[in-house]
Amino acid sequence: MKVNSPLQIYKYLPQTNCGECGEATCMAFASHLLDRSKKVADCPPLLDDKYKKKYLELSELLAPEIREVIAGVGETAVKIGGDDVLYRHQLTFFNPTVLAYDVTDTMSEEELVDRVKRISGFKKFYVGSFLKLNMVAVRSTSNDPERFKRAVKKVSETTTLPLILCSFNPDVLAAGLEVSADKKPILYAATKENWQQVSELALKERTPVVLFSPGDLDELKTLAVSFREMGIEDLILDPGTYPRGEQLKTTFQNFLKIRRAGIKEGQKDIAYPLMATPITAWMVNEDPIRASYWETVLASVFTVRYGDVMIMHSIEPYALIPEVLIRETIYTDPRTPVRVDPGVYEVGNPTKDSPVIVTTNFALTYYTVESDLSSNDIDCYLATVDTDGIGVEASVAGGQLTAAKIKETFDNAGFDFKEKTSHNTVILPGLAARLQGDVEDVTGLNVKIGPPDSGRIPGWMETNWPPK
Amino acid sequence: MVKKLKINDVIELLKDADVEALEGVTFEGDIELEIEETTGIDSLFAYTLGEETAKIGLYLLNLARSIGYPVDQIARIQAQPPTPSAPKLSKLIESKFTVGTIDEWKTPIEEVTLGATSSDGGTRGHTITLGGERALPYYFDAPMPNRNYVTIDVFDMPISMAKTVKSNYEDVMEDAGEWAKKVVNEFDADMVTIHLISTDPLIKDTPAVEASKTVEEVLQAVDVPIVIGGSGNPAKDPEVLERAAEVAEGERCLIASANLNMDYERIAAAANKYGHVVLAWTQLEINAQKELNRKLMKQCGVDRDRIVVDPTTAALGYGLDYAYTNMERIRLAGLIGDEELNFPMSSGTTNAWGAREAWMVSSPLKEDSDWGPREYRGPIWEIVTGLTLALGGNDLFMMMHPGAVKVLKEITQTLFGSIKTDETNLSNWVAEVLA
Repeated sequence: MKVNSPLQIYKYLPQTNCGECGEATCMAFASHLLDRSKKVADCPPLLDDKYKKKYLELSELLAPEIREVIAGVGETAVKIGGDDVLYRHQLTFFNPTVLAYDVTDTMSEEELVDRVKRISGFKKFYVGSFLKLNMVAVRSTSNDPERFKRAVKKVSETTTLPLILCSFNPDVLAAGLEVSADKKPILYAATKENWQQVSELALKERTPVVLFSPGDLDELKTLAVSFREMGIEDLILDPGTYPRGEQLKTTFQNFLKIRRAGIKEGQKDIAYPLMATPITAWMVNEDPIRASYWETVLASVFTVRYGDVMIMHSIEPYALIPEVLIRETIYTDPRTPVRVDPGVYEVGNPTKDSPVIVTTNFALTYYTVESDLSSNDIDCYLATVDTDGIGVEASVAGGQLTAAKIKETFDNAGFDFKEKTSHNTVILPGLAARLQGDVEDVTGLNVKIGPPDSGRIPGWMETNWPPK
Repeated sequence: MVKKLKINDVIELLKDADVEALEGVTFEGDIELEIEETTGIDSLFAYTLGEETAKIGLYLLNLARSIGYPVDQIARIQAQPPTPSAPKLSKLIESKFTVGTIDEWKTPIEEVTLGATSSDGGTRGHTITLGGERALPYYFDAPMPNRNYVTIDVFDMPISMAKTVKSNYEDVMEDAGEWAKKVVNEFDADMVTIHLISTDPLIKDTPAVEASKTVEEVLQAVDVPIVIGGSGNPAKDPEVLERAAEVAEGERCLIASANLNMDYERIAAAANKYGHVVLAWTQLEINAQKELNRKLMKQCGVDRDRIVVDPTTAALGYGLDYAYTNMERIRLAGLIGDEELNFPMSSGTTNAWGAREAWMVSSPLKEDSDWGPREYRGPIWEIVTGLTLALGGNDLFMMMHPGAVKVLKEITQTLFGSIKTDETNLSNWVAEVLA
């Protein structure tokens, strides 16, 4: 975006402090526009005709440096790109990398349906919600338009996830579009050979299109400038993801170059989302485990450095779980607090016989422990000690988790073991076992040592609770 | 305030400046730039003025900026809206891609050498040099002088570890020397870390003198540079590491570690006296890292080429976002001139094995999709944790699983540029992958 202070935004707002946006003042709303936690359209008065000029000007000023491209329709539509910074600590990255997994038009129908269901059904719990996959990439390995059309039709009947139609043959892409245009798929890809036909398809159906120019940034920019000239703005750039050797090093640097040109140098001609294709790992690795590993390695590299949408093949859990978590790692908003408020929380409906469990106030630790307890229907008290947002093992080593801090947590919460429990017992994390003696001395409580990982609390409870 | 400015006015404005590049350029017609106060430059105008004219316009603005005309504050160039009817093209509009390098990266990361050969009073077969970068890792701005290195963990007693890791070490866990040989000879470790974990008063409370014998055994068993680690007990470590430093005198080991919650002066003094390098460990806090590095240099007199920093590694899914961003910030600060932060970095990548996804048989949450076999989950967890930090600027990796070491070395050395392979042709990958 082209502004860096709320004041610059404020002068485009109605300045009436009407509160319709949910903020007390227009200045507060301006701050939210600046950190992108609110949108211009969240100001109802600004939508009025008399403000139309200001609305348009402000929207232009606030537009992200990298174009945001939307694919798909409805709840599963994906936003691709839209970043404003090169490093996440400078603000945050927006629109987590969209992960697409492939099917082919030469698969049997049964195989295809099974695979699509596995892609759309995958979920992995993380800090209070489930991480999922976003798209299905339908590859034409037959190069037969009719066959591709059938496959695309079957996939879109099976899932609501948006599609990427993959072929370098425009006739094949046209056939796929015939049965999926209303779902706004991404076209993959336009090249220097097929650009005329593919641009016509993209113009006609208003679908996003990927420009593919492996290893040649001049050619990629040539395509981008030409497509823009033809009025096609929903572009995604694929500079080619070479799977190994010096070509991979060049690929990495190409991603850096394009993104730096777009964000740091404001080169609008090249400021589009980037596609990486870690799936090419399968071109150079025979062994499927080795290929899957290398694919995840490539996916990680390009999640960290500027891949906005990626196509992968492996749907093994050992590929998908790290892939969704590295995406979360990079796209988690660094402005959100690292820690939860210290205190004694109730999980479920604890009674006097329920356990009292200690953990730290590092947000990830807290949410992990909390979900392990609630998911397994364990009613208990969960005390979060103020460890400056550091996890259990590190805070025991670093002196942020001590017996005195544990006592202080219960004291400050007004938690009286005599009144609230029948057992006068506190459970420490297994990784804090060395604090046992100290905690007994400082609090006068019975201290039990829980498992080193809260995922094992259910099993631990079977043999250790209630205390004898 | 709105000010109208014509290209010819800009040229007039610049006539005293050195405008060689404009010689021979003529303007046909008169292009009017409207400049309005207090907004930024809208580079979208490039499209509407036509690309060549726009380039000249931008060039003029840059010139104006360079001679002090405050274009950034006052210039917003408003252009006519683009023509709605998009032309059909009969041929592509040829364009050249260019991008600059980062001028602000002027300060190199310190180069720190580990290990000493006989010519320097040690007995190591070779040395390893970390750091020296002048850009973020693998960037095109400046070549990276030294590759990433991996040191594999060895312990002075059998310890509990994830089954997938343990299966590689069961035959050597009783003997640190054999363990060290195995990681060097079979698992391609660049270095060995000997963790004197048994010295912890809550484990075995092995006396420092006895523990130092294990260090001697490892030095005898292998000739790679070594890292000497304590048990992490802040009260006992100074004594243990002091003694270990003494028996390893002259070997230029990495002493792990000094931190703010212990008597770091003793560690630093021992490293100085016996010729070692200090690992400065802080916990995910850039300012604490500055403070510790400053104290090591100013208060303890540790030379700049004897400091490696460990800003803490958290596992993928368990705080890697903080660890990664912390390292990236430290590296960027170093490159732009913060001389309390421009040191090589080390990661306890083994921490990845603390993530339940790395070692648990199956998910404790019934709602999760199947986690699949854990023997494949663990190594990739260690790889992705290490790789992410490599991209953030980490130089040295402390690792455990041989398969993870292999893949991490392969990807970091590929990005570094030392792995050559046959070329791949991507022009028809859509149909060729697994076809």
